[in-house]
Parts: sequence; structure tokens; C-alpha cells
Amino acid sequence: MTSDPTTDVPRDAAGQTLLQKRVDRRRALSILLGGAAAGTSAVAACAPVSAATPESKEAKLLAWREYIKGNYRTMTDAERAETIARLERLAELKRGVDVTIQSTGAQPGVVFGYAFNISKCKGFRSCVEACINENNLDRRAATEYIRIFEMEDGVIDFDHADATFQHEVPAEGHFYIGTQCFQCADPPCVKVCPVGATWQEPDGITVVDYDWCIGCRYCMAACPYWARRFNWSEPEVPVAELNTNQHYLGNRARKTGVVEKCHFCIHRTRKGQLPACVEACPTGARVFGNLLDPNSEIRWILANKRVFRLKEDLKIEPRFWYFTD
Amino acid sequence: MHLKPFALSALHSATSGGRRYHVWMGGLTLIMLVGAYAYSLQLRYGLGVTGMNDHVSWGLYISNFTFLVGLAAAAMMLVLPAYILKDVDFGRAVLMAEAVAVAALVMCLAFVVVDIGNPLGGWHLMPGIGFLNWPRSLLAWDVLVLNGYLALNLVIPFYILYSRFSGRQPDKRKYIPWMYIAVMWAVSIHLVTAFLLAGLPARPFWNTALLGPRFLASAFTAGPAFVILLLWFIRRETEYEISEGAFSKLALITTVAAQINLVMLGSELFYKFYSPTHHGINARYLFFGLDGHNALVPWIWTAIALSTVATIALMIHPVRNNPRWLIPACVALFVGIWIEKGIGLVVPGFIPSPLGEIVEYTPSLVELGVTAGVWALGMFVLTVLVRVALPIELGEVRSPYVEDAGAARIVRPRSTRTQRRDIRPVRTR
Ligand code: SF4
Ligand code: SF4
Repeated sequence: MTSDPTTDVPRDAAGQTLLQKRVDRRRALSILLGGAAAGTSAVAACAPVSAATPESKEAKLLAWREYIKGNYRTMTDAERAETIARLERLAELKRGVDVTIQSTGAQPGVVFGYAFNISKCKGFRSCVEACINENNLDRRAATEYIRIFEMEDGVIDFDHADATFQHEVPAEGHFYIGTQCFQCADPPCVKVCPVGATWQEPDGITVVDYDWCIGCRYCMAACPYWARRFNWSEPEVPVAELNTNQHYLGNRARKTGVVEKCHFCIHRTRKGQLPACVEACPTGARVFGNLLDPNSEIRWILANKRVFRLKEDLKIEPRFWYFTD
Repeated sequence: MHLKPFALSALHSATSGGRRYHVWMGGLTLIMLVGAYAYSLQLRYGLGVTGMNDHVSWGLYISNFTFLVGLAAAAMMLVLPAYILKDVDFGRAVLMAEAVAVAALVMCLAFVVVDIGNPLGGWHLMPGIGFLNWPRSLLAWDVLVLNGYLALNLVIPFYILYSRFSGRQPDKRKYIPWMYIAVMWAVSIHLVTAFLLAGLPARPFWNTALLGPRFLASAFTAGPAFVILLLWFIRRETEYEISEGAFSKLALITTVAAQINLVMLGSELFYKFYSPTHHGINARYLFFGLDGHNALVPWIWTAIALSTVATIALMIHPVRNNPRWLIPACVALFVGIWIEKGIGLVVPGFIPSPLGEIVEYTPSLVELGVTAGVWALGMFVLTVLVRVALPIELGEVRSPYVEDAGAARIVRPRSTRTQRRDIRPVRTR
């Protein structure tokens, strides 16, 4: 398969596939809308500099191409490569940073699972910190994927727990329990999305295509674990703190008005590394691994510990277990 | 073809009127401009300028949306007795009810547009070039049914008015089948919107089988109540004759629906409070407040008081048949249900959050501005539609090409001020 640099459409010697027809129609839309939308804030917002310099012209053109591109899931490999090249170039033009965006797919024979040791967690929140840095979370809105709830000894009771504690930990007579996206096997957030901007990958990670999401926030209403975050305003990450090792479906730049969530550090875990939160935890309360590998630590825990999950009655089968020593 | 004269006369009808008419339309335009400005701020800075947050991710916009879907549905369902049961009393009320449906739908769609974070991505919803997650996502269903319903409500009245304008009797065989479809469709828009909320396992507050029926009951209360207000106004201000029968029947529908609505509310409260399980925690927040958080408590009790008092009043025949009481009762029902099926339905679904955290919600000024703008837009649309329909229905406006000599002229709609007949709204007998 080759790609004609002047168009978005990959040329295929074997003729047009159904997918390419879709792209063609999308291009037709772009031509139709092109004149009308050229002056709108859409393009202007994506290219803040005036169109005088060649760079700004390029940025505008790239932003326009970005606007009319399709859903990541339905792109061909060539289209994926193109959109990634565009995004990398845009990061360079707009912020002067050199980012690498991966498109590593799910590895065969892998379904990720997570376990959380309640007796080991001491409420240090190193995982929260690591997650913010690793995933380029919005510093202005102080977005956090992971929450650590402080509870009184005796009973797991979220209603009377505190996730905003600001004192020395571990506090006397308290224990800690963390939540994040539990990567449900039958995720209600995916079912409700009207445009298919969020879906579950074969390795069990529920991802969001930030460029396809329309920001209706229906998935936020659907998630029983309050795991999704919305970009109420333009996310801000200081260039010096930016993690340039990115994944299209993971920690790359997000924009205003779209949803995001924990993605099990997709850019690390698909290459065999551990999620940042697991690595950062000083007490070893966090266990991550491949549920399909009978020799993995997580399988050992599931087989030998007393485990439970939150809201089992909802039957959405989260792949996130709690256990105690 | 009479299309050009039709358009011209419609434009003429909509733009001419007395001073009060112009003040009204000017005022609405002003509010719309304020709304447009507020919306431009939201476009520039993101939804962060609203009072919503990650906890309460839907607020005033979606609240108004759920309420207005009901208004749209109920207005159309009044068509059933008029056209299908051939009720003469309703015949004249029907076009007005359809105008209400169109205006409500325009507001619904506008509220959805202002609520989404990435409106320029709207084309992602279009089947073919985008991707509509149908049939899995109920929001996709809602997109389809709302737009289909809008189309039906535009085409049917247009056909009827255009036929009259062209000096023809509208052909029943051509529009009655569509009426049937539209009436069933009206039920569907409301049920789909209710299911959109009821289908979420994460939100016990909405997770009740009664939600759909409750939506219908409250729609059948607020909808006819609004139509009564509109007809009363039209009858007072124009020559358009609306019979006593239409009012008393509409009032009866409103009363029965209001009773059913209260019964359903009662069973819901019983289920939520008699054996207080965790399922009732959001209702507890709504009605009594939780741990000192009680922003919605005064609202919901106001709504319940308004609905209850108005319903009881309407159950007394002399009260119901006297406009002195009927009109305020309708206003009370409308406002009561606006609170109950708006803010009182959407916001407590998010408080406390599924993990038990309580974060309250107060709409921001920008949000209030946009909301006012959308309501003004709806009232503007409604006024224009009524203004165009009335002279045609009255036979004052006909296409200049129509042979019928008496009607072969475009009559300027009479000024509402000078020519107003001095009749009292609904005479009690
Ligand atoms: S925890 Fe929430 S966001 Fe994560 S997969 Fe489940 S429903 Fe979706
Ligand atoms: S906010 Fe985005 S991801 Fe969530 S349901 Fe809406 S379009 Fe889908």
C-alpha cells in the first residue's frame, strides 16, 4: 500500500475498499465545508499564529486535515501513520517539542488485570503523582485518574470516606483504598457512546479517541466508578514536564471539551513494562499483569488470596481486584 | 405554484404587527443576543465557564432538554383526538399545538448543541461520513427520534397550511397516515429520553422502571397546560375563535395527567424512603439534603407544592372552568414540572457520585445566559409560527393566484391592538 502525499487517501493497487469509500465521502465533506469552515474558529484555534509564515500555514493545513480525519479504530495502517506524523509535526510547530506517538496494538494472548492490596496501601499517593506526570494530566484543573480514599478501620464505606485528605499518613485507625478506571469486561461507558469514540481493545483496555469524542459526557454518567474525566478547559502541561513518550490512545495531548481516563499506561504496558503507578508504589500494594498467563503474579493472587471487586452486583466484571494479606 | 407568495406572505405576517408585537420580538432578539454572547464565551474558553464539573457533568442544559422533550411530545399528542377522533373542538387547537412541538424541539436541539464539549465534531454523528452507534447507544436513538419528529412536525402543518393558502382542502388521505406515525413517534421521543437515563446502572436515582411512564405523565401535564396558556392568549389577542370545549377538554386532560403524575411521584417516594436502602441516597439528597448539602431542597419542595396545589385546584370543576383560576393553575403546573423534570431530575442523579462524594452544582452566569437565549429562541420560533399560521387559518391570507374571488388578496393581518375583540377569555356558563 502506498500513500499519495497530496491527499489523505491511501492508494491501493487492488482498488478501493469500503473503508476508503468512507474516507472519500469524508473528503467530499471537507471540500464542501472547506470554504465555509476555513474562517471559523475551528481552524483559527488550531493555528494561533497568523497565516503569514510558512509554519503557520502548515499548521493550519495540518489542523484542517486533523479535523476531517476518521476514527482511529477504522483507519488503515497508512492512515494511522499519517495522522501520527501530523500530530508529531503539530506538537513541534505549536509547542516546539519533539514527541513520539506510538500506535502499538494489543499483543496477542494478553488481557491485563490489576490487583490492589488494601493492607499494604498507606495512603502516600505516590501512584497519583506518578500518574499525573506519566500521562500528561492537566495541571491547571489538577486532573487525577487515581483516587485514594481514606476510611475508618472496620468497614469499606465510600459514603463516609475522604479522598481529599491533607494530613500525615497513614492516619491512626484508618486504612486506604484506591480507585481508578477498572477496565470493566462489559463496560457501560462504551455501550452508551453515541459516536463510538470509546471502545475496549482486545487486551481489555478501554480507550478513548480524543479526536473523535464529541464531549457529550454520556459515558461519564454511565461509569459506576466515576473513572472518567472531562477537559472543561484547555489542558495545560508545562513543556519541561511533558512526557514525550506517548501513545495515540494514551497520554498524547488532549483538547478542550473531550473525555479522558486511565488507560493502564498503554504506551508502557503494551511493550511489557509496568504502569507508572505500579512502579511508583513504595509499599508494593499494586500488582499488574497478564490474566492469560498462568504464571503471572496476578493469577497467583486471584488463586490464593481472598479477593473482591466493587459493585459486583452490576455484572460489568471489572478487571480490578482488591485483596488483603 | 404558490410557494413564492406563500413565503412572501409568511414573511409579511411574521414581520408586521402592532407595537406590542414588535417590543416582544425585539425583547426576545435582545435576549438571544445575550445568549449568543454567552455561548461565544463558552466556545472560546470551554465548558469550564459553566458550573458543571467532573462530578455533576450534566446541568442546566440537559435539565431543560429533558423537560422540553416532554413539552414537544405532549403538544403533539393532542393531535390524536383532533384529527383521528375528529374532535371538532380540538381542530383549531391542533396547529397551535404543533407549533409548540416545533418550538420545543428547536430548543431541545439547541440545548444539546450548547451542551456538547466539541460541537465542531458534530459531523461524527452523521451516519455515512461519521459513525452513529445505533442501536447500542440510546443517545444515538435520541438523535434519530428527535430529528425525525421535528421533520414530521414541520411537514404536516406545512402541508395543511400550504393547501389552505392555495385554496385547496388538505387531502386527508395524504396527511392522516403521517399523523398516526407522528403521534406514536411523540411517545417514542419521550420514552427514549427517559430510557437514556434509566438505562444507566451507575445511577440508581434514574434506575427505575417508572421513569418512562413518569416522563409521559408529567409531559401530559405540562404540555396541555402550556397549550392552554397559548390558546388563551391567542383567543384574547386575535380573532381566532377557540371554543369553550377546547379549553375544558384540555383542562380535563391536564387534570387527569397531573393526578397520575402525583400518584407516580408518590410511589417513587415510597419505594425510595420507606425502606431506606442505598438506592435512595440521591433522593435523600434531593428532598432533605445530605450532610449539610441541600442546594436542591427548596427547589424540589417548591415544585411539589406548586404541582399539588394546582392539581387539587383543578379537580374542583368550577375552579377548572374559570379562567381566573385555570390560568394560574396552568402556570403553576408548568413551573412545577419544569423544576421537577429538569433540575430536580438530572442533577441529583450525580449527587452523591457513585463513589459517595458530594459535590454540589450551581449554574454559572454564562450558563444562565445561554439558557435564557435558547428559551428566547424557542419563544421567537413559536411566535413566528403562530403568526404565520393564524391569518391562513382565518382565511385572511390566500395565494393571489387562487380563483376564489373573495380570498384572492393578501390581507394584512389586523393589528392586534385596534381590532381586538373585547371578549373575556373563557366564559363560564
Ligand atoms: S471503570 Fe468506568 S470508565 Fe473504566 S471501563 Fe468501567 S465503566 Fe468504563
Ligand atoms: S463524551 Fe466522548 S467518549 Fe464519552 S460518550 Fe460522549 S462522545 Fe463518547
